[in-house]
Amino acid sequence: MNDAALDFESVRAADVSRNFGRRRALSKINLTARSGDIVGLLGPNGAGKSTLISVLATLATPTSGEVLYGGQTASRLGPALRRRLGLLAHELFLYPELSARQNLAFFAALYGLDGREVVDAALERAGLADRADEEVSGFSRGMRQRLAVERALLHRPRLALFDEPFTGLDDRAVTMVSDRLRALAAEGAIVIVATHDLDLADGLVTRIALVKDGRLLADEPAADGLRARYRGIVGNG
Amino acid sequence: MFLHTALLVLRKDFTIEVRSREILYTTLLFAFSCVLVFSIAFVKQGQPLEDAAAGILWIAIEFAGTIALGRTFERERYGETLRALLLAPASRAAIYVGKMLGILLLLAVVELVLVPLVTILFHAPLLAQPARLAALLAAGTLGFAAVGALFAAMLVRARSRDVMLPILLYPITIPVMIAGVRGTAALLQSPPDTASVTMWVGILSAFDVVFVTLSLWTFEPVMTE
Repeated sequence: MNDAALDFESVRAADVSRNFGRRRALSKINLTARSGDIVGLLGPNGAGKSTLISVLATLATPTSGEVLYGGQTASRLGPALRRRLGLLAHELFLYPELSARQNLAFFAALYGLDGREVVDAALERAGLADRADEEVSGFSRGMRQRLAVERALLHRPRLALFDEPFTGLDDRAVTMVSDRLRALAAEGAIVIVATHDLDLADGLVTRIALVKDGRLLADEPAADGLRARYRGIVGNG
Repeated sequence: MFLHTALLVLRKDFTIEVRSREILYTTLLFAFSCVLVFSIAFVKQGQPLEDAAAGILWIAIEFAGTIALGRTFERERYGETLRALLLAPASRAAIYVGKMLGILLLLAVVELVLVPLVTILFHAPLLAQPARLAALLAAGTLGFAAVGALFAAMLVRARSRDVMLPILLYPITIPVMIAGVRGTAALLQSPPDTASVTMWVGILSAFDVVFVTLSLWTFEPVMTE
């Protein structure tokens, strides 16, 4: 697979449904995100946001429908596609027994990145350069979250997927992560952020996709009055 | 790249274990207790029951191995790091091989303690034929670890994983246990039945080829939700 195919300009969920046993977590989702977008995937708990993120990350297969990365499916693009995907999920994908540096070095090596410089730069961005050799188990939730964000972005993904990236962050860290996502989108990445924190989404996202009960209720450009719009479509749930 | 990824995963597991020593100590203590209790039951006035040493050695390996498998993958569940591994562009089969090598290495250390212990407590001349014993242990442990790593990875997100792992693992690895026990018993005969040992090593190697091939083949599809 050539690199041009992996620098896809859009990702499109086409009629994506996903069942868990008899429960339908996603129902015929149609959603397109383009290069430079920061899409806010908004909805109440249990709406299907995390499932959609997993499907987009190729960690779950749709029961029906397909996801197209620049017009091609994950199976056609093969494992090389995963080199262009970055995911920060609910759990942080970090080994608590390893130091911050060891965690980043391990994932850098797994992605075939040339270690030291990439890791040092990521530690600097996470604000953890002075605690790089401490075990992650001794970090606060906010420090782990910042490290996890950098782990997810270590390989400069084309499609960056974030599931509640602001959990446990203080104001300063929220600003740091928000700026990081904006910079990523400005570089041409497609950024999708699942959150139910409307205050944090407001002003950050460029598009909103409102999800409830596994259905996409709205997909539109972000505008002022996000909370009122959300309440109008989703309700108070 | 395949080998590089497998060794990366192995080195990561090794680093974590060296730091915590949690799995090594747990499995060693369990294996030691298991052999000690059986030696009290099966050795009367210095005379062990026939073939007891062979059976106890392999039971201790299987039970200690089950604990090691559970704990190794429990680490990947905490923080959902197994999903991070699966999301990496590396070969998923290589990730499986890395995890399996970690289990093999751990069980090799356990066996280094178990063999002299069984030799002493059961008056069994296990070390009289070290090369043949090593061949039996290596072939048997590989078969067990191959299937075990696959099942433990499959069950990592299952709520009842601690119960399900032995339920799935033990029936499938019965051929490994039978071959291991019979091969070791042949080794402990006086004089050792070397032809039988060679045959059992051959059977174990055949199991290994089947188990490793099937596991490599099925790891990717079973790990995709």
